[in-house]
Amino acid sequence: MDLDGGNLSTVTTGVQAIPIRSTRHGALYQFTQQNLPACKPVLTPATVITTFLLMGFIFIPVGFITLRASISVVEIVDRYDIDCVPEEFRNNKVAYIKDDSLTKNCSRFLKVLKPMRAPIYIYYQLDNYYQNHRRYVKSRSDQQLLHGLGYNDTSSCKPLESSHDLPVVPCGLIAWSLFNDTYTFSRGPTELKVNRKNIAWKSDRDQKYGKHVYPFNFQNGTLIGGGKLDPSIPLSDQEDLIVWMRTAALPSFRKLYGKIEEDLDADDVIVVHLKNNYNTYSFGGKKKLVLSTSSWLGGKNDFLGVANLFVGSFCILISIVFLLLHVKNPRPYGDTTYLSWNRKIVAS
Amino acid sequence: MKIYSFVGSMEYEEQQYPLSLQQLLLRDSKLRNTDYVFGVVIFTGHDTKVIQNSTDPPSKRRKVEKKMDRVIYFMFCILFLMAVVGSIFFGFTTKDDLDNGVMKRWYLRPDDSTIFFDPKRAPAAAIYHCLTALMLYGFFIPISLYVSIEIVKVLQSIFINQDIHMYYEDADKPAHARTSNLNEELGQVDTILSDKTGTLTCNSMEFIKCSIAGVAYGRGVTEVERTMSRKNGPALIDNLGESPDRNVPIKGFNFTDERIMNGKWVNETNADIIKKFFRLLAICHTAIPEVDEETGNVSYETESPDESAFVIAAREIGFEFYKRTQTSLSMYELDPVSGDKIERTYKLLNVLEFNSSRKRMSVIVKDEKGKILLLCKGADSVMFERLAKDGREFEEKTSEHVHEYADAGLRTLILAYRELDENQYKEFDSKFSQAKNSVSEDRDTLIEEVSDKIERNLILLGATAVEDKLQNGVPNCIDKLAQAGIKIWVLTGDKMETAINIGFSCSLLRQGMKQIIIHLETQEIQSLEKAGDKVAIAKASRESIRYQISEAAQQLTASKGTPQQAFALIVDGKSLTYALEDNTKNMFLDLAVRCASVICCRSSPKQKALVTRLVKSGTGKTTLAIGDGANDVGMLQEADIGVGISGVEGMQAVMSSDIAIAQFRYLERLLLVHGHWCYRRISSMICYFFYKNITFGFTLFLYEVYASFSGQPAYNDWFLSLYNVLFSSLPVIALGVFDQDVSSRYCLRFPMLYQEGVQNVLFSWRRILSWMLNGFISAIIIFFFCTKAMEIQAFDEKGRTAGRDILGATMFTCVVWVVNLQMALAINYFTLIQHILIWGSIALWYLFLIAYGAMSPSFSKNAYKVFIETLAPSPSFWIITVFVAITTLIPYFTFSAIQMRFFPMYHEMVQWIRHEGKTNDPEFVAMVRQVSLRPTTVGPTARLAAKDNDLRDSVTNHG
Repeated sequence: MDLDGGNLSTVTTGVQAIPIRSTRHGALYQFTQQNLPACKPVLTPATVITTFLLMGFIFIPVGFITLRASISVVEIVDRYDIDCVPEEFRNNKVAYIKDDSLTKNCSRFLKVLKPMRAPIYIYYQLDNYYQNHRRYVKSRSDQQLLHGLGYNDTSSCKPLESSHDLPVVPCGLIAWSLFNDTYTFSRGPTELKVNRKNIAWKSDRDQKYGKHVYPFNFQNGTLIGGGKLDPSIPLSDQEDLIVWMRTAALPSFRKLYGKIEEDLDADDVIVVHLKNNYNTYSFGGKKKLVLSTSSWLGGKNDFLGVANLFVGSFCILISIVFLLLHVKNPRPYGDTTYLSWNRKIVAS
Repeated sequence: MKIYSFVGSMEYEEQQYPLSLQQLLLRDSKLRNTDYVFGVVIFTGHDTKVIQNSTDPPSKRRKVEKKMDRVIYFMFCILFLMAVVGSIFFGFTTKDDLDNGVMKRWYLRPDDSTIFFDPKRAPAAAIYHCLTALMLYGFFIPISLYVSIEIVKVLQSIFINQDIHMYYEDADKPAHARTSNLNEELGQVDTILSDKTGTLTCNSMEFIKCSIAGVAYGRGVTEVERTMSRKNGPALIDNLGESPDRNVPIKGFNFTDERIMNGKWVNETNADIIKKFFRLLAICHTAIPEVDEETGNVSYETESPDESAFVIAAREIGFEFYKRTQTSLSMYELDPVSGDKIERTYKLLNVLEFNSSRKRMSVIVKDEKGKILLLCKGADSVMFERLAKDGREFEEKTSEHVHEYADAGLRTLILAYRELDENQYKEFDSKFSQAKNSVSEDRDTLIEEVSDKIERNLILLGATAVEDKLQNGVPNCIDKLAQAGIKIWVLTGDKMETAINIGFSCSLLRQGMKQIIIHLETQEIQSLEKAGDKVAIAKASRESIRYQISEAAQQLTASKGTPQQAFALIVDGKSLTYALEDNTKNMFLDLAVRCASVICCRSSPKQKALVTRLVKSGTGKTTLAIGDGANDVGMLQEADIGVGISGVEGMQAVMSSDIAIAQFRYLERLLLVHGHWCYRRISSMICYFFYKNITFGFTLFLYEVYASFSGQPAYNDWFLSLYNVLFSSLPVIALGVFDQDVSSRYCLRFPMLYQEGVQNVLFSWRRILSWMLNGFISAIIIFFFCTKAMEIQAFDEKGRTAGRDILGATMFTCVVWVVNLQMALAINYFTLIQHILIWGSIALWYLFLIAYGAMSPSFSKNAYKVFIETLAPSPSFWIITVFVAITTLIPYFTFSAIQMRFFPMYHEMVQWIRHEGKTNDPEFVAMVRQVSLRPTTVGPTARLAAKDNDLRDSVTNHG
């Protein structure tokens, strides 16, 4: 890079010398004469090779660090949506899940392979579930969530705006389809305590959901969607709902269910008692239960680390290839066959 | 169209009088020595020459704009394709949701749906979705591009207007871009059509050299010599520069020679001939002197500026003509020995006037001693054959000098005289007056015959050379423009000889260049003209022109083997009339395009416009017309760009021009610097604009793939609408206004750079599509890296996962970073302004996110506190941003590094040169610059090169 500014033409261009003016070095003069001091970067081989090397040397360590963080996370994933349907209903899971007369209890045994340090986060994971569908995303009323029955204009919630001519709080498809599988955990004979507080973002609890808004006329229609809500608890404390209402970006997503605030040791066997209430069978979705610790970077995902490593090595590779090419080939100065117009002349 | 003839008749007291051109007083005529005339005003209003020659101004549309329209159509096709593909998928998934009353995705309640999502009416839903998608992906069609371009162009125009190098201090006239529409067109000019008088020349003649008795006098430096010597090397300039002790320059006189000036001529060997020479100049003319009563200075009123140059020259040497009566001419002659003024009076007997077929004029005078002299001056082609046997003493030398002068573009005249004895004169006089008084139709022929007989047996004195003064810096400017590969055509109303002279002095013509002259002065046609059969004339002319054109074309084809041969085409107005007819014009254009220079003389304003139209529509290239007078208006309007010279000839040209400059030489800077920059800026700007909108728009599409094409945008509504306004538009405008690939200095030093615009390499489909591809690649990298990195796992240490809000904001952050960093990579010129705007745009995004997140949740929706609470405290957000932003740029960076190093474009080569500081290495620079000279190039540099070649050839031939 070189700095080249304020240097006026000294070439014999036929332009007559211009009388020196006092404004000559003024910023405005330089601006109007398009002669501001400027940095004019040129992609020289040195710059290019240094840049690639630098990127490589930054990305590779970052890759290692992030990969380490990801590896340090211990995760247990258990898909239960098929196994929790009794054998006789395997061919018609939808009928099973829709039959209210059946109890949907199910037990799972999870083996801890590596020691897990508290807090251990419990997630439910749904696949092929389009929480980002436009109809779904829009079907809520933020005002109602904050102000409750006092807010009447809930047309965005259709078709779940009201039932039996009474407004529904919370209205809309999202709330209506609230996830309602429940889990309890025990290690051996002792039950593991699950903390279900503080799983939502604070700003949601404080500013988006009313402290004096209580569920009303909820899941009272002809068609019951998902979970029910305790009408005596204000919405701001219904953290399940708050987490669920923050819609996922992609059709596969996890949502926080709660936390286990005890360490788990290797070879522990956790017994999960779950109620398999939620219908993912009609659209072919999966349900998984996930127990995971977290690192400073979040949950387990090797992608960022691997990608960093890959891009970093790629950069170094390019810089080497470029260096070799540069050394081997003389630079095409004056070789104007590259000029398109010369090419044209040659061709004609 | 007939501006050189007038036919009319007047009835007065029942008698008819013929009227011809002689009776016509043209605009600006002055009455002298006559108290009044009676007159009738004719040809006014719509009949004036100006209106008759005017053409309807066409609307000018830029090539880049037209191409941009096609790009937009292309983008619209992509947009439509994306929308349709999405709609088809959407239609099928929606239909699938309700199967015989059984809901699949029950959480969407497909049983109780609106038309937009109704499985029972899936086709309708798909069509509605298509409309939604068109709106959503609307970013592919950059509406704001049009607005940005307008802003940029206005600012560019301001730069053109402000340029101090195009400011003409003497007249206090800056350049003035009257429309901001054509800026980048200035960088694509292929052909310049130039007027001559007032544009290339100042319309003033200067007596600069003469050859007397075979000796060349005159140390004055012609413009051509000056330019050529400058090209040879800077050291010569000082030697050839005007002598510093020159007094105040005298208009029309630029002659210095210590052998003649200040009465020194008496010491020359041929003093007698020198005396006769200047006496002839002082007498043989039709000038009328005007004596300023206070100072006693004499000034002259003449028919043509070169004639006044002669009289002035004679006066400066010491032969001061001061009085003309009907029958006599008086002059003071400075006696160099005594220093006294001697008054001499010559009795004027006859004036044999100048006309274009005679190419000479003579006066017959009787001096005080009673000697009768015939003094004659005329073109070399007619004069040499009229010399007497004993008058040819200096013929060889003189003709050599005349040849040299002509090559320098000087207008030459041969001076000769003859002494008549009384009888000869009497015989002539009687015949002459007889011829003059005859009223028959062939009166002119008779006069001509008589004159012809007397103007023989002349004794050669010498030759004069008058320079049709070029405007300041014209040859240099033409040189640069020619090196830039721009073709220059001269369209003038002047005579062919004058036009050719100017061709030489501008280096548009040179020795060794084959001149193809197309004219209708053949005997056959002249005889037909006498017969007056118009149909026959037209037919013969048409055939003659066709023949001449095809003949010339054959010559050109035949000479293809010899690459050094360059051709010049010279056409006169009459021939042009036929050459521009529909069935010949393509032949004519084809021929003209293959010639190195084209000069059209004697052309009417309408013909100028027609030629311009022919070049414009025939070649499809950008044309620029430059002129200063009302007769250039048609041409200026017809050309893609009309440049008016705001000179002395009034404002009509400026009023109808697109850009006005004060001097022809500013054209160099206007085209090579501003034109090049503007073209570059606008084309990069458009490419970049498409890039940035595709990058953004395509992430939206990719997200749709994962949202079952339901039309849910990945980003908050406000992010969407502010993307083009706040986070990416200002740096683009800065690119359009400030970017410079190389500084103005290098633009002028390497005129070949200009060809990038003419060949349109920076706005070729290849380049546009590459940028678009870059956009798609960037979008794909951003989308997949972001989604893969955030996928399903916890987003932060607290175990919470990333929702739509977080993914959207992160992806948007990446997009803002990427498009702005891409801008930083793409520009070549980083001033403080660029820094502020690029980094400012990125900073603005974060500030916006904070401010918007701080507003009440009912307004900010899912962006409420998204930065402060969720993104900022999370390390993964920052790592992802940096990683994705840099990775996305790797393909472009690699590509441009390879191109720069291994396949540099011309401007990149210049950047290398500048970067390595090799600009002062002449060999090196020449290597890069060599390509700019082709055999067909004109201009001083090319002329010098051709001369060198000739020398080398002659050496090899002899050796």
